[in-house]
Amino acid sequence: MESNLLTVSPSPHIHQEQSIQKIMLDVIIAMLPAFGFSIYVFGLGALLVTLNAVLSAVLFEYLITKYLLKKPPDIMDGSAVVTGMLLAFNVPSNLPWWIVVIGSFVAVGIGKMSFGGLGNNPFNPALVGRVFLLISFPVQMTSWPVPFESRTSITDIVTGATPLAVIKEGLQNGESLTNLMKEVPPHLDFLLGTQPGSLGEISALLLLVGFIYLLIRKVISWHIPVITIGTMFAFAGILWLANPERFIDPLFHILAGGAILGAIFMATDYVTSPMTLKGIVLYSIGIGVITILIRVFGAYPEGMSFAILIMNAFVPLLNKYFKPSRFGEIVKNG
Amino acid sequence: MFMLLINRLKTFSKGGIHPPEDKYSADKAIEILPLPANVKVPISQHIGIPAVPVVERGEHVKTGQVIAKTGGFVSANIHASASGKIAKISEEMDTSGYRRMTIMIRVDKEEEWVEGIDTSNTLVKDITFTREEILQKILEGGIVGMGGATFPSHIKLNIPRGKKADVLIINGVECEPYLTSDHRLMLEKSEELIIGIKILMKALGVERAIVGIENNKTDAISKLADLTNADSSISIAPLKVQYPQGGEKQLIKALIDREVPSGGLPIDVGTVVHNVGTTYAVYEAVQKNKPLIERIVTVTGKSIKNPSNLLVRIGTPVSDLIEAAGGLPDDTGKVISGGPMMGKAIDDLSIPVTKGTSGILILPEQESVRNKSKVCIRCSKCISVCPMGLEPFYLMTVTQRGNYEEAEENRILDCIECGSCAYICPSNRELLDYIRLGKSNVTNIIRARERV
Amino acid sequence: MNPTIITTIVSLSGMGAVAAIILYFVAQKFKVETDPRIDDVEDVLPATNCGGCGFPGCRAFAEALVKSPDISDLHCPVGGNDVMKQVGAILGAEVAEKDPYVAIVKCSGSFEHRKKTNVYDGAPNCTIASMLYGGDTGCAYGCVGLGECVDSCDFEAMYMDENTGLPVVLEDKCTACNACVKACPKDIMELWPKGRKGKRIYVACMNEEKGGVAKKNCAVACTGCEKCIDECKYDAIVIENSLSYIDGEKCKLCRKCVDVCKTHSILEINFPPPKDRPPKDRPDRKLARTKKETEKIETVDTGKSIEALPDISPNENADSSNENDKSE
Repeated sequence: MESNLLTVSPSPHIHQEQSIQKIMLDVIIAMLPAFGFSIYVFGLGALLVTLNAVLSAVLFEYLITKYLLKKPPDIMDGSAVVTGMLLAFNVPSNLPWWIVVIGSFVAVGIGKMSFGGLGNNPFNPALVGRVFLLISFPVQMTSWPVPFESRTSITDIVTGATPLAVIKEGLQNGESLTNLMKEVPPHLDFLLGTQPGSLGEISALLLLVGFIYLLIRKVISWHIPVITIGTMFAFAGILWLANPERFIDPLFHILAGGAILGAIFMATDYVTSPMTLKGIVLYSIGIGVITILIRVFGAYPEGMSFAILIMNAFVPLLNKYFKPSRFGEIVKNG
Repeated sequence: MFMLLINRLKTFSKGGIHPPEDKYSADKAIEILPLPANVKVPISQHIGIPAVPVVERGEHVKTGQVIAKTGGFVSANIHASASGKIAKISEEMDTSGYRRMTIMIRVDKEEEWVEGIDTSNTLVKDITFTREEILQKILEGGIVGMGGATFPSHIKLNIPRGKKADVLIINGVECEPYLTSDHRLMLEKSEELIIGIKILMKALGVERAIVGIENNKTDAISKLADLTNADSSISIAPLKVQYPQGGEKQLIKALIDREVPSGGLPIDVGTVVHNVGTTYAVYEAVQKNKPLIERIVTVTGKSIKNPSNLLVRIGTPVSDLIEAAGGLPDDTGKVISGGPMMGKAIDDLSIPVTKGTSGILILPEQESVRNKSKVCIRCSKCISVCPMGLEPFYLMTVTQRGNYEEAEENRILDCIECGSCAYICPSNRELLDYIRLGKSNVTNIIRARERV
Repeated sequence: MNPTIITTIVSLSGMGAVAAIILYFVAQKFKVETDPRIDDVEDVLPATNCGGCGFPGCRAFAEALVKSPDISDLHCPVGGNDVMKQVGAILGAEVAEKDPYVAIVKCSGSFEHRKKTNVYDGAPNCTIASMLYGGDTGCAYGCVGLGECVDSCDFEAMYMDENTGLPVVLEDKCTACNACVKACPKDIMELWPKGRKGKRIYVACMNEEKGGVAKKNCAVACTGCEKCIDECKYDAIVIENSLSYIDGEKCKLCRKCVDVCKTHSILEINFPPPKDRPPKDRPDRKLARTKKETEKIETVDTGKSIEALPDISPNENADSSNENDKSE
């Protein structure tokens, strides 16, 4: 090889350290505190479901890229691992293994690869998988293991409904909100993570730790999580002030369910979120509003997944019409 | 004393990156490089029409003698940077990658300067020339923008009818990593610089000048601030260390908060920007009758033995500079003329230093090869760093697809080619390569459209 | 039957029927009248939408054909004379018979002939590489080798030869649509008359530098020595900027220039080797061949000396019986 020839290329000749792989690794690290806690609370089931989801996601991505798309597969970039983990975070820890595999297949195969692979999908792949499972297997997807009571067993799990589901059903049956609120765990429990729920959504505190890590590592910016949660709080707050007997208080809304998980890890997915600041603001507000609407007026107790998917559909429009402000734009005044 | 009122460092508001500064040669005083055996002076070292040679083979020329005259309106004079015999006038390789007309001089053992040039170091303080005389001297001296753009300076100072300038901006930012030639110039030739600024102010007819300097050169800032303490017409403004702070448009925005309109020039917002190197060359041309025949070049790099700032005659082969800095390291992968963000990689070390060569940077092999380019993951980092508010990922895609209408609509011509987008992209996409291609094609399309 | 089902069926069918009626009337009212001949002409066109005719797509060409009063200078290079005759029959107009053209590669500077001067590490696009430098060899006019021409070809008629670093045109597939000519930033590709029996002669060099410099950078460069011009009886060769150019229309294929060119810069395609010419004068280039020959192409080991290489002048023609090359 010509070792005494100089290399030439167009400028720039230096590059910063970050790569796709490093970004994915940072996301995985950010999810580890919540993941560790979910094993502590739900036991072996959480670990198995997550491993299953991750391995199936990677396998499906490899097979589809190699044999259907006929391109060299690049599973080492970590994006399939992240999809698998996020899917696992959205399901109950006692989900049967074959349902998890189907979920991974739908998430990776339909949610990502059918559009051409990484970078081309309009919808968040993990949420596509999750919503598919929710609609196809509603019973298995809504029986949540009770924390601490079934840690060591995989077969005999005691299940219950999530707090949001309890309240929704109760309100539909005509019970009063104040009574229902006594049946659900206090707000503090949500922060720590000892209420029933999917294995990733229970500990708000540890998810926030992950958020701080991602901010420090410059993987995401604060805009989407803060504006989404803020909008939810504001909208829910207005409703609550109008009728405290019918509507739950806003703090409960942001702590319960998958709000924080969704706002930090799902809505901030690079590929499916808008690329300009104005677009991001509208996107986040949209997610916040739609989530509360579904939770309060819709048929489902949890609306975050649907809200994100709906706003994903608007992202190309947001990207087209909300361009960044250009330098040297001819301004109106003289 | 220090009378600077700094609350917060000024900066441009949009985008920007902060690469590692790596200013290894920042505290190395300027050294004069001995004359080479031959100087190869290209006749095109500036934007515009190449100069036309006015000497012949075999002729003897003195240092500072005009050897090529302006070839048109946008052009500049070329002078002999050393005395000697014209060995040949032929097409030689230069940084453009194509062979271009170059005048080669075999350098005399004893240097002979043209009469009237003041080669002493005495400071000439009084500015005795009129505005027109100053412009004439700048034109005769072959002064071009020495920050790298090489635009003929006398044209920049000739304000078009209907426009007016109210402030002169001096660019002492040097935002590129590794480069320190402007830094040393500001430290060691501070008084000459101030006079140069005053000359330029007179040429422009303005009462106010601001010198922008990045805040990693605090010694230069305080030295210049001390010297201009008593003079309220010149102010020194420290700026946040952010690339591309030294880009003309960004600098104007940071210092006087005006945005040059898209497709416009700085004079449209009432200012003209000159590099400190150009300012010093103006001082020498006007006060000392010395044309532009030498410049300071930083030779630097992680593996270079003696990173230095060398005062070099135009036409010296790059290999001479590298030898003076300790020789070419064994692990060299790339040699760059300029800085790492906007400089040009060269493949032939015999090419000459020209008026726009601000530095020679040696990059080791492991930093010379790009990582594999991957698919766009739509992280929008390129948008957040673009100082012109463009969408580099989109401009690359439309260029690849040949959709030049969309490229033009999305302001591809506003791109200043700073390289921030390609620097930050986690997928290592060749953003700037394709945007340059798109710019060239869109320019051709617009030209064709205007001809019809 | 469940009344809900009946209501659903009736209401949806009713809505569908109403929509269909509205659409029918709207389609009738806003119908665009077109000349039916445009559809007929479009049907005989090859539907490749390559732009070789100069129009944006086959439909646009069909419209132009129908609307122009004189179509003698309109031609579809992909369909060729056959298709144009059919078009002429439909429109009852005169069509011009054009000689078939093919794309040629006017550079022979393979890896062996041109030494590299740098290692290029930018985007794999010829135009980008040539904006940076004149390429990665000493000749700034020659082929850059990154395959932009191959990417532009809609007909899969080109490929990059890995051994030479030059593009190869597959004669049988090339439709002379002009895409590669437009794509090449060095203007190396050109459309050339296919010639009698596919024979053609051209100067395979674009180098405009003077003799010594050109030869130093590429062993098969045109040095501008003008011997070919002296030799040509038909005034088919002109010289500009130290580069010879053979006019494809004037050339009578007499081959004298090929023999006289010292640097083997002039290529002759599809000629049988004359019996008295020693094979060692031929440089080691793989030339454009007919489809059969292409399928038999084996890679050339450039480690061998030129004398040892097989004689590669193909003599395969429709009317030629001799199929084998004179291999050594």
